[in-house]
Amino acid sequence: VENVRLLDRLSSRRAVVGTLYLTATHVIFVENGSETRKETWVLHSQISSIEKQATTATGCPLLIRCKNFQVIQLVIPQERDCHDVYISLIRLARPVKYEELYCFSFNPKLDKEEREQGWKLVDLNEEYNRMGVPNNYWQISDVNRDYGVCDSYPTEVYVPKSATAHIIVGSSKFRSRRRFPALSYYCKGNNASICRSSQPLSGFSARCLEDEQMLQAIRKANPGSDFIYVVDTRPKLNAMANRAAGKGYENEDNYSNIKFQFIGIENIHVMRNSLQKMLEVCELKSPSMSDFLWGLENSGWLKHIKAIMDAGIFIAKAVAEEGVSVLVHCSDGWDRTAQVCSVASLLLDPYYRTMKGFMVLIEKDWVSFGHKFNHRYGNLDGDPKEISPVIDQFIECVWQLMEQFPCAFEFNERFLIHIQHHIYSCQFGNFLCNSQKERRELKIKERTYSLWAHLWKNRADYLNPLYRSDHSQTQGTLHPQIAPCNFLYKFWSGMYNRFEKGLHPRQSVTDYLMAVKEETQQLEEELEVLQERLANLQKSQSGDNKVKSKQQDRSKQTGLYTSDNSLANTPQEYSNDLKSFPSRSPSQGDEEDSALILTQDNLKSSDPDLSANSDQESGVEDLSCRSPSGGGCLPSEDSGKDSDEAVFLAG
Amino acid sequence: LLRSSQPLTGPNRRRCREDEKLLGTLLDEGERGFIIDTRSAQAAKQARMGGGGTEPKSSYPQWRRLHRALDRGRPLQESFIRLVEACSDPSLSMDRWLSRLESSRWLGHVKAALSTACLAAQCLDREDSNVLVHGAEGTDTTLLVTALAQLILDPSCRTLEGFQGLLEREWIEAGHPFQLRCARSASSHGRGKQEAPLFLLFLDCVWQLSRQFPFSLEFGEQLLLTLFDNAYASAYGTFLCNNEKERSVLCKVKESTHSLWAWLNQPEEKQKLLNPLYSHNPLVIWPSVEPQSIQLWQGLFLRWIRPSQHLDEAWAEIRRLVEGN
Repeated sequence: VENVRLLDRLSSRRAVVGTLYLTATHVIFVENGSETRKETWVLHSQISSIEKQATTATGCPLLIRCKNFQVIQLVIPQERDCHDVYISLIRLARPVKYEELYCFSFNPKLDKEEREQGWKLVDLNEEYNRMGVPNNYWQISDVNRDYGVCDSYPTEVYVPKSATAHIIVGSSKFRSRRRFPALSYYCKGNNASICRSSQPLSGFSARCLEDEQMLQAIRKANPGSDFIYVVDTRPKLNAMANRAAGKGYENEDNYSNIKFQFIGIENIHVMRNSLQKMLEVCELKSPSMSDFLWGLENSGWLKHIKAIMDAGIFIAKAVAEEGVSVLVHCSDGWDRTAQVCSVASLLLDPYYRTMKGFMVLIEKDWVSFGHKFNHRYGNLDGDPKEISPVIDQFIECVWQLMEQFPCAFEFNERFLIHIQHHIYSCQFGNFLCNSQKERRELKIKERTYSLWAHLWKNRADYLNPLYRSDHSQTQGTLHPQIAPCNFLYKFWSGMYNRFEKGLHPRQSVTDYLMAVKEETQQLEEELEVLQERLANLQKSQSGDNKVKSKQQDRSKQTGLYTSDNSLANTPQEYSNDLKSFPSRSPSQGDEEDSALILTQDNLKSSDPDLSANSDQESGVEDLSCRSPSGGGCLPSEDSGKDSDEAVFLAG
Repeated sequence: LLRSSQPLTGPNRRRCREDEKLLGTLLDEGERGFIIDTRSAQAAKQARMGGGGTEPKSSYPQWRRLHRALDRGRPLQESFIRLVEACSDPSLSMDRWLSRLESSRWLGHVKAALSTACLAAQCLDREDSNVLVHGAEGTDTTLLVTALAQLILDPSCRTLEGFQGLLEREWIEAGHPFQLRCARSASSHGRGKQEAPLFLLFLDCVWQLSRQFPFSLEFGEQLLLTLFDNAYASAYGTFLCNNEKERSVLCKVKESTHSLWAWLNQPEEKQKLLNPLYSHNPLVIWPSVEPQSIQLWQGLFLRWIRPSQHLDEAWAEIRRLVEGN
C-alpha cells in the first residue's frame, strides 16, 4: 500500500511517508524518497495487537503493538486498504500451525552440521556435572524416559539417591500435572539444593506416602541440615483456595521436618494486567512526572518484580547462608517456580552470570522444565488468558540486578533485550511449544536453528566491559540490599521504551568501553609483537635500533574509541508556545559522524533493531526492526536535516 | 541570554522609559525576543499588587512573554523534605514508595527546570533570539534557568573549569542568597522561611544531564556532591554570604578565607572529580524531559542509605579501562 504515513509517538510532526508491504513473515514499511530509504521491519510473530482507529481527514489510523514493545502507528489513506491490511494482519499474526512460524523458513545458510553444532552448544548433562551431580546424594533418573510419568518434564531428571522409581511415580500422582519434585540447583559447597515441583493434590486432608517420602529424600540428600524449606510462591489466599479444588500445599504436620513458607507472588492474570497498565502509561502523550509515577504505581509492575526478586533472595540465603535445601512450587510449577529458581541460581552461582551460563540457566529452568512458551507468548493463536509476561519478568529481574551490580555479569543489557525479542520472534526454535516432548515430536532441532548459537557467534556485542572474572563482585553469591530497597528498582525504559531512541542516552557507554577494551588489547598485542622484534633486532648484527614504536600512530589512526561527539541530537518538543517560526537550520553542524567509525563497528548485524533490510537468503540476520521514530542505524540518528520544526509543537 | 528581576510595574501599570530602551537596544528592527517568566501568568499578575509585575505587551512590543511556573521557596523545601523522608523509610512497600515519590513532586521540579532551561536554549539556538529570564527576585529560579541553559548550549561550561566559572557567574556573583537558602541542614525540619534547595535542584538537573550525556561533562557526580556539601557547610569561603556586597564589604571573604576552587583544582583532588569518559562535545546537548528519562539521583538521596560500593567499583573499573588505554 502506497502513501502510508508512519507517525512518531513523541512528535506528530515527524511523520514519514512511504510504502507498506506485507509478506508471509513480515510487515515492512519503506520510506519514500530519502537517500537512506529507511526500512522498518516487523515480524508477524511480534505483533501483539492491531487496532483500527477512527478515520480522520488524513486517513485511517492503524496501531500495531508488538510483543517487544514496539508500537507502530500508521495512517493509511484509503479506508478499504486499511481494512484489508487490518484483516490480513489479524490472520498473519495468529498462526494456527507451527509450520507457519518464521523459524521453519528462516535460513541463515548454515550446513546441517553447523545447525547441529548450534543445538549442542548448551548441554544440560554437562551442566549438572558441573554442579557436581550425580554424586553420593543425587542420581539421574530415567523414569520419565518416554514422558510416561510427566509429559511436561524432560526425559532426564535428577532426584535424591534415596528416591526410588516407585517413590517418584507415587509422588508424581500426588502433584498437579504430575510435576514431582526434581533437582533444579545443587550447591556443591554445602550439599544444599533447590528442588522444584508443582502443588500437592492435598485438598484439605489427603496424604500420599510417596510424596512425603520424596521430601524426606530431599532432606536426607543434605546431611548438613535436618529440615528443608518448602516455599510456595503463591499468595496464601490463592493457595488456600486451591485446597477446595483438591490441590493446595504441604501441611507441616504431615511432612516431617519441613518449614513451610508462602512468598506471595501474584498469578499470571494479575501479571498480564499489570504489564498492560504499565504499557498504557508508556503510551501516554507527554505525561507529567506525576502521571507517570502514578501510572507506574497503579500498574503494580515494580512491586511484582520485587516480589520475585525477594523470593529468589530468600531461597539463595537459605541455600548459601543456612545450608538448607529448598523445595519451590507454585500451582503448576512452571511459571513462578521457574522465575524464582532461576533468580536464586543467578544469585548463588557466578557461572550463571556468564553468557554461556545464562543460556544454560534458561535452557535448564525454563526450556527443559516445561515452561509453556507457546501458551505464554502466543507462538500460535490460543487462549488469551494463558498469555503472561512470565519470562519477561525474570529477564527484568536480571536487568535490575545488573544495575545494582554493574561488574557482576559477563553480558550486557543488549543481550537481555535480544533474548526477550527472540522469545517472541519465533525466528529460532528454542522457545517453541510447551514442553520438551512437543519439541521432540516436531523435530525442532532438525528443522530450525538455535538462538544460542546465533547469540554466541555475536557474543562480542553482548559483553559487559566492566566484567572481570577475578573481581569481587563476580565471585560467589550476590547479596542485594534487602530493606530499604524499593528505590533500587528502576523503570526499564531500555526495554519498555526500547524503540523510542529519543528517551535514551545517545551514547552507549557500554559500546564505548568495549571498543576501548578491544583497542587496548590490540595495542597490547602489537606492543608484544614489537617488543619481540626489538629484542630480535638487538640480538642481530646490525645493532642499531631504528624500530619506531608504531603503536602511537595506530592509536591515532583507528580513532576507534573517540566518543560520539558529533551526535547531534535534536530537542524534543519542550514547548507549545513556539510555533510557526520560519524554519532555520540548526546552528550545530549536521552529524558528520566521524563517530560513525565507532558505531559502524558496533553496528551489529545481529541487532534486530539495527540491521538493514537483510536478505533472508543472504544469511545475514534477517530480523530487523528499526525504530519508526527516525532511528537510522545509529544512535546518532537525529540529523540536523530532520525537520526539526517538528520541535515546535503545533498544538 | 539575559537575566533580571521582575519589572516594578505595580498596580498602576507604571512604565519606565529607560528599561524599555534597554531591552529595545537588544533587538533590531522587526526582531523578536522572548521573556521567560518563571512564575505562572497568574502569579505574575498578582505580583502587581505588591508592586511588581510583568512587562506589558504594549510597552515591550518586540518581546514575547512565556510563563513557566517553577516552584521556589517553601514548596520546594517541602518537596525536598518529603523525598528525603520517603527515602529513609525502610518500612514502605513498593506502592507506598512510588506514591510518596510522586507526592513529593521533586522529580516534577527537576523536569520543569530542565524543560524551561531547554526552552530558553531553544529560543537562543533554534530561533536565534535573545532571551530574558526573570522570576520575582531574579535570584532563584532565574539563575536555575540561565545556568542550565548555558550548560545545554555551551560546551565550555561543561569543562571542569568552565563549570566553576558558570557557578561563579550565575550563582555566586549573580547573588543567589546562599546564606539564607542553605542556612541549615538540607533535611532540617527547622522552618526557616528563606530556606529552599534551589542550588540542589540545579545540581540534580546537572546530574540528569550527565546521565543522559555520559561523555559530555568533564566532571562527575563526585563534584556535584562536593558542591552540595559545601553550599551548606564549608571550610571554604566560596559559598558564604548572600551576594558580592556582603562578601567584599561585610565579611571580607577574599582576605579571610580560602577558595573552594583552589582546593578542588589541586591535581590530586581534581583527579577524583574528573569524568573518565569525557570527550569534548562541541554540540548543544538536548536532554529528554520525558518522565522515563528523569531518574532519582540515588547518589545524593540514597547516599547514606545504600552502600555505593558496587557502583564505586564499576567507576573504578571504567577508570582503569580508559586510563589503561
